[in-house]
Amino acid sequence: MIEQAIFYILAAVAVIGTILAITEKHPVHAIMYLVTSLFSMAVIFFLLMAPLVAAFEVILYAGAIMVLFLFVIMMLDLGHPEQGMSPGWQTWWPALLLSTISIVSLVVVIISHRAVMAAPAAALSIREVARHLFQEHGLAVELVSLQLLFALVGALYLGKQPTGKDAK
Amino acid sequence: MIVPFEQILILAGLLFFIGMGGLLAWRANLIMMLVSIEVMLNAVMLVFVAGSARWGNAEGQFFAIFIMALTSAEVSLALAMVVYLHRRKHTVNTDMFSELKG
Repeated sequence: MIEQAIFYILAAVAVIGTILAITEKHPVHAIMYLVTSLFSMAVIFFLLMAPLVAAFEVILYAGAIMVLFLFVIMMLDLGHPEQGMSPGWQTWWPALLLSTISIVSLVVVIISHRAVMAAPAAALSIREVARHLFQEHGLAVELVSLQLLFALVGALYLGKQPTGKDAK
Repeated sequence: MIVPFEQILILAGLLFFIGMGGLLAWRANLIMMLVSIEVMLNAVMLVFVAGSARWGNAEGQFFAIFIMALTSAEVSLALAMVVYLHRRKHTVNTDMFSELKG
């Protein structure tokens, strides 16, 4: 089945891209690997019958957030891996050990249940999803908009240059 | 469902714990810590979307969209804070920000 094969290929791309992003010393290269991983995740979302989330993943994650990271790295001139900010082997092995223990325990727990192919559920159209979202979860949408407004105000306050009597 | 739900859970767990390992390893660099948190939140979104596809329910997609909004708010605030801290000390090394004074 071709969709299944595509899923496994995309899963491999996502995991390898994430590993390369985490282990890369240069921040800009790490962001680029992460964008690759996020694109494959977007196609996985599309395969899982969520085209709206897939589109938002490309627009917001791979587009806006990663560009924001790139802008901050460029603005603060942080793209110098030779400054010794990257972790050495001393800091890698505890993280590696803890993640490996967690991954192995998770895989053991999941495999001990018998994997059955679930019956395909009915696909939800974008129109249906949007109707559910705005009719039944209107309060949550309002709360999210408030949260974005607070983030905007906070970012403006933090990013303000000290001027006049505020300056030391 | 194109693959069993358990395999998607394994993929999401792999991504989440890779992000966790990166967060633990890069604990001296603010930017890479934020990147690792992005990876972890993305894995959580994958679980929600897979659950939505497994049970034919739209709520999982809503939570994925809400997580995305939350992430954009969190990243914009955190990066504004990184710029602010860099203006104070000219570094993003977390070990330099340890005095807790106003």
